Amino acid sequence: MLKVLFFARIREQLGRASLDVEWRQQVSDLDALQQQLCLENGALWREVLGQDNIICAINQTVVDGDAILQDGDEIAFFPPVTGG
Amino acid sequence: MVNHPTLTVSVQQSDFDVAQLQRALLAGAQEEGAVATFTGYVRVSNGRGDVYSMELEHYPGMTENSIMGILQEAAQRWPLLATSVVHRVGKLRPGDQIVWVGVSSEHREAAFSACEFIMDYLKTRAPFWKKELGPGGGHWVAAREQDVSRAARW
Repeated sequence: MLKVLFFARIREQLGRASLDVEWRQQVSDLDALQQQLCLENGALWREVLGQDNIICAINQTVVDGDAILQDGDEIAFFPPVTGG
Repeated sequence: MVNHPTLTVSVQQSDFDVAQLQRALLAGAQEEGAVATFTGYVRVSNGRGDVYSMELEHYPGMTENSIMGILQEAAQRWPLLATSVVHRVGKLRPGDQIVWVGVSSEHREAAFSACEFIMDYLKTRAPFWKKELGPGGGHWVAAREQDVSRAARW
């Protein structure tokens, strides 16, 4: 199982903070997971997760789209950070 | 030469007392010749209009770890004795303190530089998001290019 988290504007736009996704070997990297989420959830998700400034993290480390997924990973999608 | 400075991070809803934080930073200190601190506040206006209040969201776990990583990097770049970050989350109002950074070292140059480095990196790397509430409703604050270029200087 993969745990997928959404934060800030993305969380609000999707209307949810987290999602459990069954881990499958065919969905091997982050780009593939993003495509799967968009396919399964429709136009709103394609629009929100398709924004080009989204930051992705695996197990709380920022990674690129070709990062490999493993069963049990915690994935997060969030907009550019604005703390401080 | 100290190789193991004390690094502390706190992400909290409650307000903080800067005098108390500075005393804690210096607890047991012998060699400190300099302390540099930075305190950030919620501004009443953001250039688009008044801000009534602000919601600060974070990614529990990753936020604390990413700030700790920034402090470790600062400690590698400068000879620090102690450094500490406190960052608030939740509902804040104009005038409220948001963030405090404290750095102690033997001399001022390292303290000044590390304090600025930590804030520049925190602004562009630590997962916090500000949502401002004003007369027009809620508005997620956009990341500023200026913050990215400031962080890139280091």
